[in-house]
Amino acid sequence: MEKQSTERRHSYAASSIELIDISKSFGPVEANKNISMKVTEGTIHGIIGENGAGKSTLMSILYGFYKADKGKILINGESVNITDSNAAIAAGIGMVFQHFKLVENFTVLENVVLGVEDGPFLSSSIQKARVNLKALANEYELNVDPDATIDSLGVGIRQRVEILKALYRKAKILILDEPTGVLTPAEADHLFRILKNLKEEGKTIIFITHKLREIMEITDTVSVMRQGEMTATVRTKDTNPSELAELMVGRKVLLRVDKKPSNPGKKVLNIQSLNVVDHDGIQRLRNINLSVNAGEILGIAGVAGNGQSELLEVLGGITEANGSITVNGQEIPLDGKHANGQSRRQNNIAHVPEDRQHLGLIMEFKAWENIALGYHNNKNYQYNNFLMDNERIKQDAFSKMNQFDVRPNNTNLVTKGFSGGNQQKLVLSREIERNPDLLLVGQPTRGVDIGAIEFIHQQLIRLRDSGKAILLVSVELDEILSLSDRIMVMFDGKIMGERDPLVTNEKELGLLMAGISEAND
Amino acid sequence: METLPKWIDMIVIPLLGVLISLLVSAVIILLIGENPIDALNLMITGALGSTYGWGYTLYYATNFIFTGLAVSVAFHARMFNIGGEGQAAIGGLGVAVVCLSFGWSHWVPALLAASVGAAVFGALWAAIPAYLQAKHGSHIVITTIMFNFIGASILNYLLVNVMRPEGSMDPATAKFPESTHLPTLHDILDLFGIAFSKAGPANVSFIIALLACIGVWLLIWHTRLGYQIRAYGYSESAAVYAGIKPFKIIMVSMLISGALAGMMATNNVMGEAERLVMNSTEGAGFIGIAVALMGRSHPLGVLLAALLFGFLYQGGAELAMWTSIPRELIVVIQALVILFTGALENMVRMPLNWLWLKARTGKN
Repeated sequence: MEKQSTERRHSYAASSIELIDISKSFGPVEANKNISMKVTEGTIHGIIGENGAGKSTLMSILYGFYKADKGKILINGESVNITDSNAAIAAGIGMVFQHFKLVENFTVLENVVLGVEDGPFLSSSIQKARVNLKALANEYELNVDPDATIDSLGVGIRQRVEILKALYRKAKILILDEPTGVLTPAEADHLFRILKNLKEEGKTIIFITHKLREIMEITDTVSVMRQGEMTATVRTKDTNPSELAELMVGRKVLLRVDKKPSNPGKKVLNIQSLNVVDHDGIQRLRNINLSVNAGEILGIAGVAGNGQSELLEVLGGITEANGSITVNGQEIPLDGKHANGQSRRQNNIAHVPEDRQHLGLIMEFKAWENIALGYHNNKNYQYNNFLMDNERIKQDAFSKMNQFDVRPNNTNLVTKGFSGGNQQKLVLSREIERNPDLLLVGQPTRGVDIGAIEFIHQQLIRLRDSGKAILLVSVELDEILSLSDRIMVMFDGKIMGERDPLVTNEKELGLLMAGISEAND
Repeated sequence: METLPKWIDMIVIPLLGVLISLLVSAVIILLIGENPIDALNLMITGALGSTYGWGYTLYYATNFIFTGLAVSVAFHARMFNIGGEGQAAIGGLGVAVVCLSFGWSHWVPALLAASVGAAVFGALWAAIPAYLQAKHGSHIVITTIMFNFIGASILNYLLVNVMRPEGSMDPATAKFPESTHLPTLHDILDLFGIAFSKAGPANVSFIIALLACIGVWLLIWHTRLGYQIRAYGYSESAAVYAGIKPFKIIMVSMLISGALAGMMATNNVMGEAERLVMNSTEGAGFIGIAVALMGRSHPLGVLLAALLFGFLYQGGAELAMWTSIPRELIVVIQALVILFTGALENMVRMPLNWLWLKARTGKN
């Protein structure tokens, strides 16, 4: 009934959602400037842009978290006023957030009906949801055990639950914000199949990402955002990655890392039978053996949560472990009071942690204070036996930030005021500029703009070429493949095998990441 | 994202909070049937209109500076030390022991030794909750509150059964010897030819409190220890990454905090009462929490907030003496100040933030 009448009224174009002249400012910052966009029903529309380009603001306006200063939203040709998320749901919009919004100790069914229960008693809603979910599962390859609790499910499945939640609320327009960030290549493929099924059923999908490859693979049309403006909207088949990258950044960008073959020297890091058991008695690292030589980058690939974090933390002196680690032939302590970040730095180990906001930086500190983090005991940072030489640290911070092009180069700015990419450059400048023998790097470009990624990769290569050893952990296969001189894959706390980046490919690494080891291994 | 400049954050917002609380208090005074303008006048003249008033205002402020600094130092390590009251009380015990156990020839060495005694006793009283927090994760708020009661009970026992001079009915120590009596502000200012009331209890420990402000400022922002305390306070995980040991930071920050609270006893026990009596702290340990909150845990802010609370204490006493406004109203006013400068701070901050942004964008 409803569908028919809508079709009759708007027979001119099946435009499912249309934004007209949307603007939104936060104080002096214009997060969205006169954005207009039209998405046709039953298509997948990509939105790509750097961090801070205004993608999330735009989607938050669509989902009722922010109110636009001006502009109109049309859904099926009708102007709608989205005041909050309930209004968005009523308008047929469903959102899958980057950070899932699920109750961990509820079952899948309980999560799905949460907020849309029929009445004070749950059982009828749950029954209805069970039937409904089964139908959805068959239709779209969205298989999930309805009675499993969320905390027992992997990230890929959790994401399916989020999609199911949206579909259960009868969403016709599905917005996915950076959906592949936490997935293995196989899981991402599965997600793409689901999205294609949804599209064939007539759903409209808005897909937000900063990964060019995904845009090329799955979208029909793509909009590029830069500094709050929508700089282009094109058919995906009429464009190519380097054109999109240029539109995003506003200049030509090198997508491949330019590097010479490595020239490995003596062994810097040697790890033998390393084991870690965490507080809950779960074994996080299983008998790890590896070594890194001077002048090379060893890349550790793997899905997040398979022991890579623990490996970095043991090396960085944060987590205790069993086994033996030598750096430049010297044994380093793995437990007791000498196993800490200070003694590691004395061993010339620098550590760029995976989670810069919780480990690598103190967000409330000024930039110059963070330059001293971990190096606060350095002799040249002291004025005398009692006082630190804050002026000296500021000078040092200024030159380090200059070297790494941290913007703005204001040592007195509070760290959370910098963009993600510049925060990361702050950490890198602190760790790399000290010329360590061994650099541990975790997710060096997570949440970093394309322009900054290029710069960070160049800096890592520069350090390698100056004869230093680098242990790189990343969940981005592209990054691992383009930076590493050797690749190891971790799964469930074990090393699944070593590959040569020039010979291997994403498919082979993907299988190892899923714990499937081939006969020749 | 644009944020408010420091001077608005540190000065304007607390002052507006005070203003709002005074307005609400005015309404209450009107309801009692007194004239709020007259009442305010009386408070100001009573507390600040004479050197007699200043003598009391600064005396109270000295107590609040010490306890306010104590809470601030711990708060930089994200330790909420509610135990200032108990630490100050036990600090008094330290002062009494020092003053009564040795024959002092002059007040200067006596004050130095008493300061050390007060600091050590106060620090020891903070050490147990700190250890329980650092080793076993027992929440510092709970344990320090409990230690306030334990401290009061111990003092009670000691004053009644051990330290009370024979024949005295009063649960208090003997008078400290003459040589340990501290010079009052009258005595000090007299040296420079400045006239100051003899009656007020403000004494040389006010100057020690000012030095403590400078010391805490240096400690927090200019030493490695302060750097580590702040790093730990903002982010434990980042501190561990940097090789800072949580156990050490919890212990050291709490010891310093307890020592500062304990040192309050040089003012009230040594400088004013000149003997140790029951409940000598009179709630100053708790006022210190409000002072630290209002002063943003910054020594300068603590100093200003302590002066304000000193004024409220002395002005309130005057009000109770000369009007039908009960003394309890002062507690209400203090509570309102705490409410509007601490808990409801955002009520002032949000509109100011908005106005500031508006003014900025208007200019550009």
